[in-house]
Amino acid sequence: MAAPIQPSGPTGFKRRRRVRRTVHFGEPMPPGAQTFRAAWLCGPALAWVTVFLLVPLGFVIALSFAQRGDAGEIVWRFTGENYARLAGHGALGFDAVQPLILARSLGVGLATATLCLLAGLPVAFFIAGLPRRWKSVAVTLVVIPFWTNLLIRTYAWQLLLAPEGWLAQTLATAGLLPPGEALYPGWPAVMLAMLCDYLPFMILPLYASVEKVDWSLTEAAEDLGASPLRAFWHAVLPQIRPGMIAGGVLVFLPATGQFVIPDLLGGAKVALLGNAVQQQFGASRDWPFGSAIAVAALVVMLLSLWLHTRVTKGRREVALP
Amino acid sequence: MKRRSPLTALAALFVFVFLYAPLAVIIVYSFNAARYGTEWQGFTVDWYLRLIDNDPAISAAINTIELACTSTFFSVLLGSVLGYGMSRYEFPGKRLFHHVLHVPVFIPDIVMAVALLLFFAVVRKWLAGFELGMITMTLAHITFQIPFVAIVVRARMADCDPQLEEAAADLGAGPWLTFRHVTFPLMVPGIVAGGLLAFTLSLDDFVVSFFTSGPGSTTLPILIYSSVKRGLTPDINALASLIVLVSALTVVTVAWLRGRTEVKS
Repeated sequence: MAAPIQPSGPTGFKRRRRVRRTVHFGEPMPPGAQTFRAAWLCGPALAWVTVFLLVPLGFVIALSFAQRGDAGEIVWRFTGENYARLAGHGALGFDAVQPLILARSLGVGLATATLCLLAGLPVAFFIAGLPRRWKSVAVTLVVIPFWTNLLIRTYAWQLLLAPEGWLAQTLATAGLLPPGEALYPGWPAVMLAMLCDYLPFMILPLYASVEKVDWSLTEAAEDLGASPLRAFWHAVLPQIRPGMIAGGVLVFLPATGQFVIPDLLGGAKVALLGNAVQQQFGASRDWPFGSAIAVAALVVMLLSLWLHTRVTKGRREVALP
Repeated sequence: MKRRSPLTALAALFVFVFLYAPLAVIIVYSFNAARYGTEWQGFTVDWYLRLIDNDPAISAAINTIELACTSTFFSVLLGSVLGYGMSRYEFPGKRLFHHVLHVPVFIPDIVMAVALLLFFAVVRKWLAGFELGMITMTLAHITFQIPFVAIVVRARMADCDPQLEEAAADLGAGPWLTFRHVTFPLMVPGIVAGGLLAFTLSLDDFVVSFFTSGPGSTTLPILIYSSVKRGLTPDINALASLIVLVSALTVVTVAWLRGRTEVKS
């Protein structure tokens, strides 16, 4: 889900249990009564999420230990074979296809986050340096592509990279590309679209951080003889770290599980976790194996969120719009 | 990197061009007279006019809006009550609950999609006549919308002093009057923001819809995807341009409204 909410996980510290005194009709409300009220306020939504998400996820985990029958049906006999296949156990010894998909997805996620950071930094500083009125205009300009359908923006890259497009034409005239050849499917196309689609996820939290930077620190550093680069590195970068981390997580997580971008621009060689899941649930009709891949994607998500709360110690420093 | 340097501005400008290139190319090609391929063959508005007679596109648009409205209605109802409850009361297991709520936010679309596909397949075995379609899509959308609404409403209520409600109660207002005149008006900005977020998420969603849809419940993103897969038809460019335009207008309106309320307060 393309959405900008900052995780606010548990604090790394043991927090003292805080009992909030709620006054209700002039009387303090005991914890038991609070729990009761909370139960009927939070209960329905909790029940909903349990039935339509946690239970289905439980099914996926259970199915990942089942077998596929010859006709693609599910055979409920316990096996760890799906996970063995995921780790590279093939019928003829080691088969690198599945581990490669996992590694590729993680690599694409990291690469996208890094590229977004590099491209997002100048934009965040640029917006923060604008006069007040223009700031909101610039932020709106970042938010518009953010809210525009990802499928449409991805498809647009097919048009941009088509053989008749000016990019391919320019490269063809320069002799770098055979004439009449498109620039997709392939890695460059996937990375371009990833960068373009996820940039706003990085720019928004980065900007929120840059906005709060205390510039007197850079001045102090420069007064003490630091070069501009050193001043930036030691005085500014630590201050915008929370934004970099938040943006990194917001880019890395959806990029790792992407399905549409590799599907439209990548071709078979650029299959990621998402494409592998779709392949197994679709054409291959191997739902148990597809479930195992889905569980792997789930584990990647949980691990990165856990790492994120460890790194930020649960402080909710950058809230996103 | 200085606060203001021409180099930063230049780089930023370049990134903005890069961000808007896809949107621009879609709009430009929607006026291209070429029937096949992407070569420019003159200006036309034909593709827009043809959309009016394009029944699949019209019914997909209706489905999309119907789905977004229904799911937003229910998710706002469930989500804002949840957000309020979480902001005002302490209860055992609240932190675990908080984490559970973040699962739908960060879960990869495709994992949620296949989990629901599997779940609905199991339900179908038990319940004759339960088919994939608008209902299953609505159920799925509500599921991923609830946390977003709840998080926004909760953040809003965390900023509002509970003493306001207590004061109303002290002044003799019953639970209903307190809710009607104090709590609800305080919640409204959160409900509106959360609702808009939920609505847009539903409009944008492709992956979850794709896996939980049935015959006759095609939405605009699904329609665009299948046309792109089949080989494009130029009407899709016109349709996509309209969607881009609607998204841009929504964002600008929200920004403008927010700016106005900020000036007021």
